Amino acid sequence: MPVVGLIQRIVGPLIVAKNMIGARMHELVRLGELGIIGEIIRLERDRAAIQAYEETTGLRPGDKVEGTGKPLSVTLGPGLMGKIYDGVQRPLPGIADKSGSFIERGMSIDPLEMDKKWFFQPLIKAGSKVVGGDILGLVQETPLVLHRILVPPFYEGVVRHIVKEGDYSIREPIAEIETPRGSIQKVYLAQTWPVRVPRPYKVMMPPTIPQSTGQRVIDAFFPICKGGTIMIPGGFGTGKTVMLHQLAKFIEADIVVFVGCGERGNEMADVLESFPKLRDPKSGEPLMARTILIANTSNMPIAAREASVYTGLTMAEYYRDMGYDVALMADSTSRWAEALREISGRLEEMPGEEGYPAYLAARLAEFYSRAGHVITLGSDDRRGSITVIGAVSPPGGDFSEPVTQNTLRIVKVFWALDSSLAHRRHFPAINWLTSYSMYFDQVTESYNKEVGSDWGRIVREAITLLGQEEEVKEVASLLGTEVLAESQRLIVEVARNLRENFLRQSAFHPVDGYCSKEKTFHMLRTILKFYRKARFAIGQEVPLNRIMSLPVIEEMARMKLIPSEEIAKVADEIDKKIDEEINLLVEEQARKKKG
Amino acid sequence: MSSLPHIKLASVREISGPLLFVETMPGASFGELVEVTTPTGEERWGQIIDVSEDITLIQVFEGTLDLDVKSTIIRHTGTPIKLRVSMDMLGRTFDGRGNPRDGGPSIIAEDELDVHGKPINPYCRAHPSEFIQTGISVIDGMNTLLRGQKLPIFSGSGLPHRLLAAQIVRQATVLGQAEAFTVILAAMGVTGDEAKFFRDEFERMGVMDRVVVFLNMAEDPALERILTPRLALTAAEYLAFEQDMHVLVVLVDMTYYCEALREVSAARAEVPGRRGFPGYMYTDLATIYERAGKIHGKKGSITQVPILTMPEDDITHPIPDLTAYITEGQLVFDRDLYRRGIYPPINPLPSLSRLMDKGIGGGKTREDHKQLSDQLYYAYAEGRIVREAAMISGEEALTERDRLYLKFVDRFEREFINQAPYENRDIEKTLDIGWNVLSVFPEAELSRIDPDIIKKYYRGSGSKA
Repeated sequence: MPVVGLIQRIVGPLIVAKNMIGARMHELVRLGELGIIGEIIRLERDRAAIQAYEETTGLRPGDKVEGTGKPLSVTLGPGLMGKIYDGVQRPLPGIADKSGSFIERGMSIDPLEMDKKWFFQPLIKAGSKVVGGDILGLVQETPLVLHRILVPPFYEGVVRHIVKEGDYSIREPIAEIETPRGSIQKVYLAQTWPVRVPRPYKVMMPPTIPQSTGQRVIDAFFPICKGGTIMIPGGFGTGKTVMLHQLAKFIEADIVVFVGCGERGNEMADVLESFPKLRDPKSGEPLMARTILIANTSNMPIAAREASVYTGLTMAEYYRDMGYDVALMADSTSRWAEALREISGRLEEMPGEEGYPAYLAARLAEFYSRAGHVITLGSDDRRGSITVIGAVSPPGGDFSEPVTQNTLRIVKVFWALDSSLAHRRHFPAINWLTSYSMYFDQVTESYNKEVGSDWGRIVREAITLLGQEEEVKEVASLLGTEVLAESQRLIVEVARNLRENFLRQSAFHPVDGYCSKEKTFHMLRTILKFYRKARFAIGQEVPLNRIMSLPVIEEMARMKLIPSEEIAKVADEIDKKIDEEINLLVEEQARKKKG
Repeated sequence: MSSLPHIKLASVREISGPLLFVETMPGASFGELVEVTTPTGEERWGQIIDVSEDITLIQVFEGTLDLDVKSTIIRHTGTPIKLRVSMDMLGRTFDGRGNPRDGGPSIIAEDELDVHGKPINPYCRAHPSEFIQTGISVIDGMNTLLRGQKLPIFSGSGLPHRLLAAQIVRQATVLGQAEAFTVILAAMGVTGDEAKFFRDEFERMGVMDRVVVFLNMAEDPALERILTPRLALTAAEYLAFEQDMHVLVVLVDMTYYCEALREVSAARAEVPGRRGFPGYMYTDLATIYERAGKIHGKKGSITQVPILTMPEDDITHPIPDLTAYITEGQLVFDRDLYRRGIYPPINPLPSLSRLMDKGIGGGKTREDHKQLSDQLYYAYAEGRIVREAAMISGEEALTERDRLYLKFVDRFEREFINQAPYENRDIEKTLDIGWNVLSVFPEAELSRIDPDIIKKYYRGSGSKA
């Protein structure tokens, strides 16, 4: 019997209610006449502290609080793909249908279409023994996503009945499982799951399988693995958001969950407008067919912002459990942490650093630990993964603040976005000297086998070269450029070439926006081939300015605009030209010397 | 619950800073408007910001001077704070509480709207895409403003931001559309001569009939500033989304707004965030700045130009920092440019318009716009580095390439950024000036521009490479 209590105090998004004996932690409640949604976040004798997921204006002490008996949960089933939800899984288009362009309060809308028929294809027969995670059957959810209907976790027993192939809605049971104790559990196409409880898996494995992103600076220098954790910190205007959008489009994943957490409305509108028009680079199908968007903009209630990352994670885990690779982007975890801070402040908890609650580090760790590469439940030992990419917005661009620091301790990849690069319109503005990836060695090893045996060698050579450029520049800034030797000037020139033509990548260019790892490899190899050849020529006393005005320089600069399929051929041609053109210069120089 | 009587009296327990602690009356609701009558009979406004069974916390917008615990009278109204709106607002000046300040009669309301508004459903937003020509090169050319965008000006004390604000109001047009902007000015904490400056400017422009002013002067109650921008945006939403107008909202000065917010937070003894500002300032500012945009199926739009002064010109101060995390870019004033007599003293490097790419290019401005702007950015960033190096090691130590950049920086500042406060440059002219200053360089140096664009627009002579 759900609890009915009374509101005692209202302060912003926080409600205190009394007569709440019997209510449970994290139980969902309805507040006042409008039935505003809230969640219990603290219990003390008969009193409950509740965070409200909607604006609380107009609530009064004495208004009733109705328990629902259930924790904040999401509905998981066919129909999730392509949806646009708020932080507590209400479809935004549904809200618009009911309340127009502005969001009204107290609305309840089904998260999935209750009556839509899905074509279900059973894979097992009555009489089979099943455990949680086993595949009962299939639903083609979208052209890109084959939805595996799983036995919910913790179910176990013998299938007594399973429906025939055909069209079913998520209301209709599709199977009945008899447990060892003899009770019957019904299984539907959809299930619910509390968002704050991680979905179980069998084994967590270290992330070792590379996950390409189509972004050169990442794939070559700071690569990621399936199931990895990545942080992107950057002050405002450093291109965080554009980068997340790029990743959402091009990351090598089956499913993308994008959580817009406390960010700009117009940017979310851009995502909502542009994603449905984008096509998956592999299949040509609309990208939305494998994407879920969760939008809780900065002016929407902050408690829902707090919940939105968990809502996203739970959906990601659901698809992971089917055996898919899922990428979850959260923009931005700082806004989520601020929501924690605000609620904690209202609860009058003892503050930690900069007013953040003392449990900030623990919550961040919990959040990122739901990423990973796992063997899922079920008898067939499927593998699935969740890669979590969290944007951080450090105040004043100061990386020493608590959210950045606490995240750094957890994540394995750090892409430092740099405002001075952004000012020069160098995008993606990933600083190549301060960023790092702890997956570098694994990925390099794999790509040595997969892409080219000298992948690792040339990538390291390029990183060294960029480091040398920094040293040479330091010398030049102290002593002037005239003291530099030709070989040092060459380093500066080639490093510039690397920066301008390799590291820089236009997110908006139809060809350059996505770069396959093969193309990354060929581009880098050609630039370094040029470096070695030019160094040889300089050894033969060919003046640098003659080398740098060779026509092939121009051709190298245009490699980024060559489509992936043609790159091997074009790179070979350029390699040949590098040899020919520089050889000519060397011969000429030799003749001059003789003459 | 409309059955509840709307007028309630309550007794005061405690007064602290701008806050009143009163005994809770039945029916008191969170966010409700209350009327406070002082012992001398003066009427004030307050809002309930915390309510429990026994104590209600009221922030009094006009301050608590003269209030006492014995004879102060509190009346509950049963509604949140509302603004009376109608088309008659046009041409009028109101105070920070929405009452006429120009001596004219009260307006006859067509509607009464909750000043806190409601969030626009992100799904219903239309992404801004129409270029607003401000006639100011450094904005139009490099940090383009679009209809429905929020683009703040980060100024410093003593810098000419109000001159620029007036110029934007005067010159802003959408190409190919005759309809002028309706302007809403929310002035918070401004001095008498600043208020006069804006009024005079509007009168001189002859635009008073499409301007609405909400004025909270420096000597007015500080707490009223929490309300002023919300009134202005409520009026803006009415004009834009009910009356199909294109509204340009200028909010000046948001720094004073934030300080009022800090005052309330301190009086409530809340745990302070950075520099004493409350931890929820980001969210609070978002509820102001996010009230800009365009909505599918509605004709009107709200474009916001908030202005704030950066304390000690520090862009990492929480006020500009949090603002820039919410707004779609920023225009940053630079004291160094100002000293050298450049107007508007906007430094393009830390400035940004996030939406720019959606509103420029062929068919909107000109095909070369994006690449030209990128090249100018790159060259100006390089040039500033060279200029610094030249100050340390002398110009003689520079390479030939560096000298070109040094020359470019000077010409760019004097010819492209610099313009008169009454000079209105159309976009063609702005872009042409951009190409003019780029002519310092040989073609080969323009690595951010495609060869065919260079061929068409480049006007330099030196094609050395």
